[in-house]
Amino acid sequence: MQLVDRLLKGDKRAAAKIISMIEDRDAQAQKIVSLLHHHTGNAHIIGLTGPPGAGKSTLISALVREFRSRGKRVGVIAVDPTSPFTGGALLGDRVRMTDVGVDDGVYIRSMATRGHVGGLALATYDAVKVLEAMGMDKVFVETVGAGQSEVEVANLAHTTVIVEMPGSGDSIQILKAGILEIGDVYTVNKADEGGAESMVTNLKSVLPEDREGWAPPVLTTVASEGKGVPELADRLEEHFSYLKKSGKLGEKERIRSEVELRDALTETMLEKLTTSKGGKKLYEDVLDKVVSRKLDPHTAARRLLSGKTG
Amino acid sequence: MAKKIRVLIAKPGLDGHDRGAKVIARALRDAGMEVIYTGLRQTPRDIVEAAIQEDVDAIGLSCLSGAHMTLFPEVVKLLRQKGADEIVVAGGGIIPEDDIPKLKKAGIKAVFGPGTRLEDVVKFFEHAAGK
Repeated sequence: MQLVDRLLKGDKRAAAKIISMIEDRDAQAQKIVSLLHHHTGNAHIIGLTGPPGAGKSTLISALVREFRSRGKRVGVIAVDPTSPFTGGALLGDRVRMTDVGVDDGVYIRSMATRGHVGGLALATYDAVKVLEAMGMDKVFVETVGAGQSEVEVANLAHTTVIVEMPGSGDSIQILKAGILEIGDVYTVNKADEGGAESMVTNLKSVLPEDREGWAPPVLTTVASEGKGVPELADRLEEHFSYLKKSGKLGEKERIRSEVELRDALTETMLEKLTTSKGGKKLYEDVLDKVVSRKLDPHTAARRLLSGKTG
Repeated sequence: MAKKIRVLIAKPGLDGHDRGAKVIARALRDAGMEVIYTGLRQTPRDIVEAAIQEDVDAIGLSCLSGAHMTLFPEVVKLLRQKGADEIVVAGGGIIPEDDIPKLKKAGIKAVFGPGTRLEDVVKFFEHAAGK
């Protein structure tokens, strides 16, 4: 396929078109992603998450510059929320990334969640593959401004960075389960504002000193000035080597592959059930029975799969 | 799933007046489009590169500095050079009446001045995306 050949040569326009097809669930998209799968698996996927306004986009921009100076090709997928009412979205992460956007070795794509919860878009998984296949060494994924439970990025990324800012929570907030547990590397950004030190102390007090051979570091950065960014880049590289040496990389790949397989399985089953001859009608009939309390959802699902409606 | 309309809203040039651009971005968002907003002080090269990477259907340019006769046609020219001239370009801002035919001749598909109704802008971009 011509589009795929162009992508494999690093053509950004081809990448852009393919990602749109994935997002729009174009009939060709699945076939293209299947062709790409064999060209993936070499890039370092880095997820950044944290509250809105912590400076994730600015930090990614600074990290892109840093990794470019180290000779790496860098891709970015920046996710922002879709309106639940209109389906529209304002994607504004690029505002902070203008200067790196024109670099030949950089591709940046803004992506709307389109109803998917968890901090990413459904298309993010396949879009990462597109960026890997076009030859990116580092792929950054920026989640929507996250609250406490947008932990999905940890399934997708090899290295997850939690970006916090001074004053965003006392020691009780930090003790809560969820997003603060998933980080491999932590940074308190906007560290030139007051309160950065106590944020660092609070974080350090709850993080494990050793998590299967890796101690999650807590850094400080001022992304807008590039302060602390080379050190952060070093920690990201260290974490990637740790994953490779310890065999954890394989475990992470397995988790991600399983998530992808499960999603694909659900989608394929649904498609098969709802597009086959008479399938749509059967599906609607069973749904009606669930609504009218004649069937419970679990029995209904089993019946749909066995092809008997009874 | 139907194809989403994606529009890039950008401010080329050096003026800092982005209220108009933000109002347009918001209106398009509320009409169900995905709006990529790239902010102030963009060069035509920044804008064209972003439009290609984001695979947008159209670009909306806002300029209040008076440099529209240079900046708007430059965007169209660069799109052509990159073989991406299927991306529709529209402009807005403080643009003298006399300049409008010249801009259209240079490939700017529509020019929206002060007092434009938001529904007309929405309709234009829907049409530009082939809906």
